[in-house]
Amino acid sequence: MISLSINGHQHSIDVDPDTPLLFVLRDTIGLTGTKYGCGIGQCGACTVLIDGQAIRSCQMPVESVGAQPVTTIEAIEADPVGARVVAAWVGIEVPQCGYCQSGQVMAASGLLKETPNPTEDEIAAAMTNLCRCGTYNAIAAAVRQAAA
Amino acid sequence: MNDLTPHHRLGLASSPASEPVRNLSRRGFLGIASGALLLGIDLPKEAAAQTRAEGPAAVAAKPGTRVAAFLEIRTDGSVRLLSPFVEGGQGINTGLAQTIGEELDLDPARFAVECAPPGPDYAVVNGLRMTGGSFSTRSSFEAMRRLGATAREMLLRAAAARLAVPQDSLTTDDGRVIHAASGRTLGYGEVAQAALALLPRDDVALKDPKDFRWIGRPVARLDMRDKATGRATYAIDIRLDAMLHAAVQHAPHLGTEPRAIANEAEIRAMPGVHSVHRLPGAVAVVADSWWRARKGAEALQVAWSEPAAEGIATVSAAFSSAAMLAALKGTTEPGLPAEQEGDPDAAFAKAAKVIEAEYDAPYLAHAQLEPPSAVARFTADGSLDLWVPNQMPELFQGVAAKTAGLDPEQVRIHSPMLGGFFGRHFFYGPATPFPQAILLAKATGRPVRVLWSREEEFRMDAVRPLSFARFKAALGPDGMPVALRTTAVGEGPIGRWFGALFKSPVDSSVVEGLDKKPYAIPNRQLDYVRVPHPVTIAFWRSVGHSMNDYFYESFLDEIAAAGGRDPFDLRMALLTDSPRHATLLRTVAELAGGWRRGPFTAEDGTRRARGVSMASPFGSETATIAEVSLTDGEARVHDLWIAIDPGSVVNPAIVRRQVESAAALGLSSTLLEQVVYENGQRQARNFDSYPILDRTRMPRVHVAIVESGAPMGGIGEPGLPGVPPAVVNAVAALTGQRVRSLPLAKTRLSGV
Repeated sequence: MISLSINGHQHSIDVDPDTPLLFVLRDTIGLTGTKYGCGIGQCGACTVLIDGQAIRSCQMPVESVGAQPVTTIEAIEADPVGARVVAAWVGIEVPQCGYCQSGQVMAASGLLKETPNPTEDEIAAAMTNLCRCGTYNAIAAAVRQAAA
Repeated sequence: MNDLTPHHRLGLASSPASEPVRNLSRRGFLGIASGALLLGIDLPKEAAAQTRAEGPAAVAAKPGTRVAAFLEIRTDGSVRLLSPFVEGGQGINTGLAQTIGEELDLDPARFAVECAPPGPDYAVVNGLRMTGGSFSTRSSFEAMRRLGATAREMLLRAAAARLAVPQDSLTTDDGRVIHAASGRTLGYGEVAQAALALLPRDDVALKDPKDFRWIGRPVARLDMRDKATGRATYAIDIRLDAMLHAAVQHAPHLGTEPRAIANEAEIRAMPGVHSVHRLPGAVAVVADSWWRARKGAEALQVAWSEPAAEGIATVSAAFSSAAMLAALKGTTEPGLPAEQEGDPDAAFAKAAKVIEAEYDAPYLAHAQLEPPSAVARFTADGSLDLWVPNQMPELFQGVAAKTAGLDPEQVRIHSPMLGGFFGRHFFYGPATPFPQAILLAKATGRPVRVLWSREEEFRMDAVRPLSFARFKAALGPDGMPVALRTTAVGEGPIGRWFGALFKSPVDSSVVEGLDKKPYAIPNRQLDYVRVPHPVTIAFWRSVGHSMNDYFYESFLDEIAAAGGRDPFDLRMALLTDSPRHATLLRTVAELAGGWRRGPFTAEDGTRRARGVSMASPFGSETATIAEVSLTDGEARVHDLWIAIDPGSVVNPAIVRRQVESAAALGLSSTLLEQVVYENGQRQARNFDSYPILDRTRMPRVHVAIVESGAPMGGIGEPGLPGVPPAVVNAVAALTGQRVRSLPLAKTRLSGV
């Protein structure tokens, strides 16, 4: 059994230790807001916060999470920074199809928790998730609004 | 057995080891596919006939008219709208709520919209039902307004009876019926049940557009909060009790079949693995979690049947995209006439100058971020529930019924929101996973979810066809074009998938963007040479326009150069008799702060140039300007200015964002994308080897909407086609290099 702290709740789960955290979240625990996009850490749709840092959960074997707290999109509004990010996302109407946006919101929340007033370069370095609908400009505007 | 013969009904197998799907041949499997579109198109008629037989109350006289099929007005005054369309980012749910809410007199914010199940009421796209071709709003706008107005009249009639007052003494205001004389009011929810039992009138007057309260306004989208908080549900998120997870390994060469599995016993013994199944062109591993199924599928050691050495019966061992392009280039046939005007022969005979060029564009993947999946569940009565991303529910219902050996009405299609589509979710035979889910649910006797890994999706996705065109222009002594000959070579998705419906020998999806141009070139000839592709081809955002407007508008710049004219001025001169287009071209120049081709030095010291283009896609008109510089031999696009005239709009905010989204995809294809085949196999299997536009390459996008009042055009696709030629024309202005083959990533650019 592997013990996980997710969104403030303790979970005891019986999965293969090499299972990526992504699939534990989606298929074992049922938190489907975190998305599978590429499985190789390229697209960022699976981004979650581990100990407050944005991490691509498809690249994180569940056995290496340990006691670090995991935050997913389902609980991001409980975090004051995350709540600001979501409000900016809704206000600016960032999403189109929306599939990548859980990951984008988590990446932005991770950035702003660590760097409340990021420079353009810091935004560029942190916001590398792919969006096939091309919402990049709206994402940048929302990050700046949430940072303000 | 012909291609449409249903498969034998296979009893629900309970043994994990049983494999009733083994005997389905690929031909039978694909046979379903090739007949499927006809089947789908016949369905509304059959279903309508059946509905009529049930009595006059259920008659769907005309799609889009039966209020109860679309609207459920709840007691709290909110509305559940069953939409003919599927939401995949284009904003159609919000647009429909605005359109119906306007005439119903109910705030669009109170609508909850979901995609309707199959049914004849929803065939509102010229008698068909689909979400595509940028058709949704323009095809249904009048019908949906009328639906809202009809529903409002029924509410008024029911309220008049309830209050015992004349109907014409009543008015409405945002979800309430008001009797001004007595001050009494009734919420829509209070009279909805009585209203929906009334016979709808078919002569209800629509509002005067000058009184519109929501249509034409940037009303807030309905789906933003769910999409910003992970609550939006896509097909990939569906979870059912007792559901098994399936992962697949597809044949490396399309059209080959599994012969033997060397390690089948080992795979079956892997932890959590339920069973292993041979499918048409694939082997599936079913397990208690998708990760375990996938590990099993990737570990399978499958011996596949041999692909043909050459030809198009399979994607042959020798097939390559380079060889395919060479085959298109090598055609010598004259082709079928697609468009002819004037006397090109005579014009070429006395031309002052003749120029020629050849253009090509590659196969493209949809690369929507949601990998395709499907969930199939048979119920105790033998009927089937299918959750499946799709752009055409009735078509999928028909194919699912054939696959399952059921009648269509025994198949319930659930159409979740799409995690991007861009044409991905029409039915494309082996590129569509839901038949696998049906076969596996049958074989296991359990609900099954099939999910293709990103790698399998890159292997199996139906691709935008690799395309090729030849141009030849005659110029007069003044440098103006007097004749243009164009030959389009290849095959398009209309011919491949809808050939039985659109019987024209000329495939419109191969020539669109080369025909019906607004330019006054007096002598023109456009021919079509059909060369079929062995690979699965698809609709891809803006379809034929996605490459043809790049071809045509690039060659038009070559004509300008050969005639010593500025490309913007040449276009304006050719549009003298087309005020709508001339206005649009002027608008985009104003948006860009005036036209200047360059090269010029920008404020940041970089050398830049601009390119211009026009396009007439999907009933709308666009004019585009791109500004480009070079970094390390690569084009860097700083700004895109796009003016679009769709006639009129429902939600300008959604229009702007869709134009920006389409422009991003157009730029991605211009700069980066190509599906390359070597030795019969696709080379890229994930985003590391098939790069798509990322944030660092995203330009500023400036959009101007011109509402000319022309018949309403499409929005989802038209922003795309102008981008590739505008960028490539800017590159030519900056470097002197005329790039006639996309993507630009193949060419190292250097400044002049």
